[in-house]
Amino acid sequence: MDNIAGTKSSLSWAVNLSVIFLVVLWLIPTVGLLVSSFRDRDQISASGWWLSPFAVEQNFQAKIPAGEARQDGEFFVIEGNIFSGGEGEVIRFGGARSNPTAAAAGETAELTRDRSLTVQENGDFVYRSPAEIKRDPSIYYSTATPPDFSLDNYQTILFSNNMDIAFINTLTVTIPATIIPILIAAFAAYALAWMDFAGRGLLIAMVVGLLVVPLQLALVPLLQFHNSIGIGQSFLGIWMAHTGFGLPLAIYLLRNYMVGLPRDIIESAKVDGATDFQVFTKIVLPLSFPALASFAIFQFLWTWNDLLVAKVFLPSNSESWVMTVKIADDLLGSRGGDWGILASAAFISIAVPLVVFFTMQRYLVRGLLAGSVK
Amino acid sequence: MSPLLQGIVTVIIGVGGCVGYFFLSNLILDKVIFPPRADNPGQNINRANLVRPWLFLFPAMAALGLYLVYPVVGSFYRSLYNRAGDEFIGFGNYTTMFADDGFQIAFFNNMLWVLFVPAAATFFGLLVAQLTDRLKWGNIAKSLIFMPMAISFVGASLIWKFVYANNADIGLINAIRDFFGASEPLDVLQVRFWNNFFLMFILVWIQTGFAMVILSAALRGIPEETIEAAIIDGANPFQVFFKIKVPQIMGTIVVVWTTITILVLKVFDIVYTMTGGNFGTDILPSYMMSYMFRDDGRATAVAFIIMIVVLPVMIWNIRQARAEMR
Repeated sequence: MDNIAGTKSSLSWAVNLSVIFLVVLWLIPTVGLLVSSFRDRDQISASGWWLSPFAVEQNFQAKIPAGEARQDGEFFVIEGNIFSGGEGEVIRFGGARSNPTAAAAGETAELTRDRSLTVQENGDFVYRSPAEIKRDPSIYYSTATPPDFSLDNYQTILFSNNMDIAFINTLTVTIPATIIPILIAAFAAYALAWMDFAGRGLLIAMVVGLLVVPLQLALVPLLQFHNSIGIGQSFLGIWMAHTGFGLPLAIYLLRNYMVGLPRDIIESAKVDGATDFQVFTKIVLPLSFPALASFAIFQFLWTWNDLLVAKVFLPSNSESWVMTVKIADDLLGSRGGDWGILASAAFISIAVPLVVFFTMQRYLVRGLLAGSVK
Repeated sequence: MSPLLQGIVTVIIGVGGCVGYFFLSNLILDKVIFPPRADNPGQNINRANLVRPWLFLFPAMAALGLYLVYPVVGSFYRSLYNRAGDEFIGFGNYTTMFADDGFQIAFFNNMLWVLFVPAAATFFGLLVAQLTDRLKWGNIAKSLIFMPMAISFVGASLIWKFVYANNADIGLINAIRDFFGASEPLDVLQVRFWNNFFLMFILVWIQTGFAMVILSAALRGIPEETIEAAIIDGANPFQVFFKIKVPQIMGTIVVVWTTITILVLKVFDIVYTMTGGNFGTDILPSYMMSYMFRDDGRATAVAFIIMIVVLPVMIWNIRQARAEMR
């Protein structure tokens, strides 16, 4: 047993380093997308987000007017500046679309048909051709463009892509679907925790069993049911569905918490003549606040982030898309390669859950600890 | 009426309706049906107390029955009928499904998910929980690793689609390959078999936080004396972890493992968003969604298979809960 304290300190370096490694590994994907959501679309495809603080080498094309050609000995020559008065720094250039960065600034590039092209760093170019120049030639060049961060992507996605409607739809689905099950579950949980009746154990077992019933089973029969009673695919339908699907966890969480409340308080209230209804509303409900908050957060995150239920129970027209459906079914298809737009859409949809998560983490953790079947 | 306004009205009606129901039904029970006056007030109070639990339970039981119990039966019933739902074909949907290559791939992949995701998430969760246990900035680290729990599966898929992008200037994976000298970018989502693992890792990334939180609490709950005794007996940190701590939290590890297993069997979002089930990445939930709205008979048959796969976990959970109540 050689010096426990010594072993500890040598290990603590390793521990710190590996935790840093894991945290970075876990954060990098999100940070990458967050950074990209602020970048200009062309810069995203020109350089990786990890290089975003640096200038980006971007390719451009300029047409030079054939009309300005003058004869110089046996050559026809066009001279000028590709930035036409603007600022810039050419890194590489070329005269053909197939090889737009053939030569470095200052060099002379030999082109087809014995033509040649020289471009200086400041943009001055000389274009020589042994024959008369008829069509405007193109110069391809790359410059270092300074990093371009802006909120443009967010503006585009919010105000010209109907993401604002999807945001409101998500909110619309979430609020009733979070509040209503809490109330229904709280009464049931009280009955299961503090009332004595035949079949209580069986009901609790049933709730535990229903916790794991796959949602997939419910989709077809319930959609049929909603259609037959005239609700069809609508917000009312999705509120009812989310309420039903959220109840097992709500009842389970709340019952577990309520059962732990001190028996004395409830019994002395009853001795004093309080009815069950009064005990519930005046004592149990206020004392159960932490559990209510835990479940509310769960249900909020779950309904906000849900894709499956929204796809099935909401109409499939674009006015009723929630954000998850909008991203998965619309943006990924129509904006597949436009990462600026996709990234900003993703961050609009995860902003609210992240705020809720970081402000109410305490309740979430408590709920998780109570909610997993021990 | 705008949907948001409709939502607020629904909240008011819903909450008001619930409160009104509970209040009025209790009132009627106490004042009208079994008033404690009459000839024998004691008996009436007892009767009222026999009925009351069911008043409290009724809305929840009705919703649970309709939205979770009925579908188990309803789905099974529907799965015995053909595509249009007008002809009874017995287990016809199941036999054609079992013969379908797509189903076999989905089932095989789903088994991969069930084996890999809970194992990896529990492993990483335990690792982080142990490493951050005595760390000064442990809570911050845990909070950051926990964060993906708040992100939707769709958002997470997008985040990782960006990492996997088939372009060395966009995707991190291809940038790293490029750095080590790979000439062509590679679309990792199209590499047969291994693409499944790239999808699974997204769920591991999300679920590690869950495993970590629960296991971290369990580690804290271990009696200090057992660890001290082991150290005094000369155990090194690895021995303390594997021989003292892990055996004591084995129960919690199993709980975490099964909870994630159940989740794995339900998640269709990741596959749907990342590959749409192409390139041999289909799993049962996404396979089911490809038949949803097209062939309800087949869709419900797939759902019922998922139910059967979940069944052992369900029974185990119920037994655990019952044992705990005694």
